[in-house]
Amino acid sequence: MEQILNSIKEKIEIKSIKQRDDLYFINVKEEHIIFLLSYLKEQKGFTHLAFLQAVDFNEYNMFQLTYMLYNYDMKVNLGIKVIIDREKSEMTSIHKLWKHAWQYQRELHELFGINFPNSPHVDESFVLEGWEEIPPMRRDFDTLEYSNKTFYQRPGRSTTDPKEYMKEKLYKNFVEPPKIRKEND
Amino acid sequence: MEKKDIKEIEKQMKLANKGLPEKERELFSDARPTSVSPLNKYLEKFLNWARSQSLWFIGFGTGCGAIELRPLTTSRFDIFRYGIAGKPTPRQSSVFIISGYASMKTVKRIVRSYEQMQGPKFVIALGSCTINGGMYYDSYNTINRLDYYIPVDVYIAGCMPRPEAIIAGFNKLKEKIKAGECDGMNKYTDNFDWYKKNQKKIIKDWNMPDYNW
Repeated sequence: MEQILNSIKEKIEIKSIKQRDDLYFINVKEEHIIFLLSYLKEQKGFTHLAFLQAVDFNEYNMFQLTYMLYNYDMKVNLGIKVIIDREKSEMTSIHKLWKHAWQYQRELHELFGINFPNSPHVDESFVLEGWEEIPPMRRDFDTLEYSNKTFYQRPGRSTTDPKEYMKEKLYKNFVEPPKIRKEND
Repeated sequence: MEKKDIKEIEKQMKLANKGLPEKERELFSDARPTSVSPLNKYLEKFLNWARSQSLWFIGFGTGCGAIELRPLTTSRFDIFRYGIAGKPTPRQSSVFIISGYASMKTVKRIVRSYEQMQGPKFVIALGSCTINGGMYYDSYNTINRLDYYIPVDVYIAGCMPRPEAIIAGFNKLKEKIKAGECDGMNKYTDNFDWYKKNQKKIIKDWNMPDYNW
């Protein structure tokens, strides 16, 4: 595995992390991603795309995409992390490398609003039919507010703090132990 | 105008079927559902007894609770000894079990299947998600109260209810049918416009006829 990482490092600039013996992660820039994926698939035996997922880093104004690859000969998982701009939110489609990637890209387009130009069926709705708000998995979407607005609440729903509730029910005579240390220590 | 007059006028109006393309509108019926009044007292009582003895439920697992329906029909709990069996199509069945959460995409299919069932038809709502949303009360994609979209006869609380609880729910439904209290179908036709308004609020791409029978 170290040999493969070194051979990539000779060509492009990456950062690699070893998490376990069978799990590695690579951080790579957006423009090198197609080269890196096709290099790993065609020459180094990472033939299986397990999943493609996105994380919304709202504070830093970016999305992080993770492509998870698997090598059947070496039995090694390899995650490739790319950071893309949140405002532009556009990424190169990889449906020509792996045919099934269009389904992941369609899902990301619907739930995160990341666009993949020329990916097949990317505009069709997947789970949400006729959605009109901003994509729901973005972190600035308030699900509770939307739920209150759209669905009908049944009155009488209440929650209790489990700690206070158990104290009241079971330990009525409970006395808090005296503090030995001063608070400002 | 009085409220009664408005209701009578509404009953005479035909359905618009605006969701369909204009070419296909002629192919579908635009008649409203009509309510069925009970027969004479003793005959209706006999019919209700007969209905309660053979409840066939539709095999449409709308949520996670559908996993509890399989052990019901197999040898351990054996629901068939109560005269209850699963059926593959809405036309053959009289009980609709909404098992667990119903997402907005599923509600469209639930409405379609419910309207295709032949009356008298009964609805059992399984799990707390159908009562007040359960653990998905703040989700963007699952409804909170089922009784705003289709009429419900019996609720079974729990997350998830065990098969014993479902058997208890079926027995409760039988008692209600025998007492003549399960009138969900007439409730649906009387408040048809209210139900349609609620359904169309969440189903944004309405591309089916207004009443699918």
